[in-house]
Amino acid sequence: MSLYAAQKLLFHLNREPAVQQRFRASRETVLDDYELSAEEREAFLAGDIGKLYVLGANGQLLMHFAALLGMPWADYIEAMREGVRRHGPVRAGVYAMTTSTDEKVAGV
Amino acid sequence: MSLVFAGACSHGPGITGRAHLAEPGVRDAFHAEFRGMGEALAATNPDALIVIAAEHFANFFMNNMPAYAIGMAEHYEGPIEDPGWLGIPRTRIPGHAELSLRLVRGVMQTVDVAYAEEWKFDHGIMVPLHFLTPRFDLPIIPVNINCQGPPLTPLHRAWAFGEALRRACDAVPERIALVSTGGISHWPATPDSGKINEPWDREFLDRWLRQDKAAMLSYSDEATYRDAGQGGFEIRTFIAAAAAARGRGELRFYAPIPIFSVGCTVALMAIE
Repeated sequence: MSLYAAQKLLFHLNREPAVQQRFRASRETVLDDYELSAEEREAFLAGDIGKLYVLGANGQLLMHFAALLGMPWADYIEAMREGVRRHGPVRAGVYAMTTSTDEKVAGV
Repeated sequence: MSLVFAGACSHGPGITGRAHLAEPGVRDAFHAEFRGMGEALAATNPDALIVIAAEHFANFFMNNMPAYAIGMAEHYEGPIEDPGWLGIPRTRIPGHAELSLRLVRGVMQTVDVAYAEEWKFDHGIMVPLHFLTPRFDLPIIPVNINCQGPPLTPLHRAWAFGEALRRACDAVPERIALVSTGGISHWPATPDSGKINEPWDREFLDRWLRQDKAAMLSYSDEATYRDAGQGGFEIRTFIAAAAAARGRGELRFYAPIPIFSVGCTVALMAIE
């Protein structure tokens, strides 16, 4: 069930300015409030969009976390491709990748 | 009065947020048709606009996910996303709590629906409003169909929900416009973003435009996911609008615009 917790953290980060502020001040403190797996926790600490994508995070949540981290759209898309290159196919959820890691579908 | 206007449109955040990356010719043609839909809507002199959207975890999450929800607030705020990212400034949008209450009561006669006295609009509503009511001055009644977190409501229930909305609209004196917004085939927010199955889109639109209920409801979620991506689940909003409007559709614009991640669509539907 930890994917649920990871996505709930993304949900809160996306819509709650207070959580965003706490996350900026101390990522660890915020992460302590959620029952994350070690892999998920590490990915949040590192801002590893690619890993969170492979772990099954829904893109509709993940893309806003990327924006919060200051990642332009093209970098966000590339980070997910890099995640699949490094960690293999998406493991859960409905956002599995169907194109190849060297394909730029929309030119980015 | 009743329903005075019905239509359907796209809402991808790239439509405004990544407008500068699109090929100008097709982008401008799409944006012009989108604004034209707003003019057609305004010409019907509506008192309120129902937007049937498929929001993306801005308000509803898997801790308590309604299949159907209707906003019941005096005002709303959006976008919930970073305004710079979306290309739409944050603003307050008027609602109509009392009218919402009457509509909710009407819908509840046949379809159980959640209500929400608090609702932050995400791109799923803000992008359409940016073009349709650019001054954000028409009272909005937001409606959500869960198209994001499976299990999802069956298509035949989306149809029943549209019928229930129509009956509820028919029972109030106000003039009500209705716009549904969703993607057809698309794989948004993934590395596949920009992939669009145009033949699938055109087939679905054909079924929608000619009000072929049986054909519209014949898609399985498994087939939709395979052929149209997780974004294809949003056909539920189109289906609800068809059930509410009952008339034939008119396609004003369709073109795949990959950087917008969706086959960009503007369509009207006759009220019968």
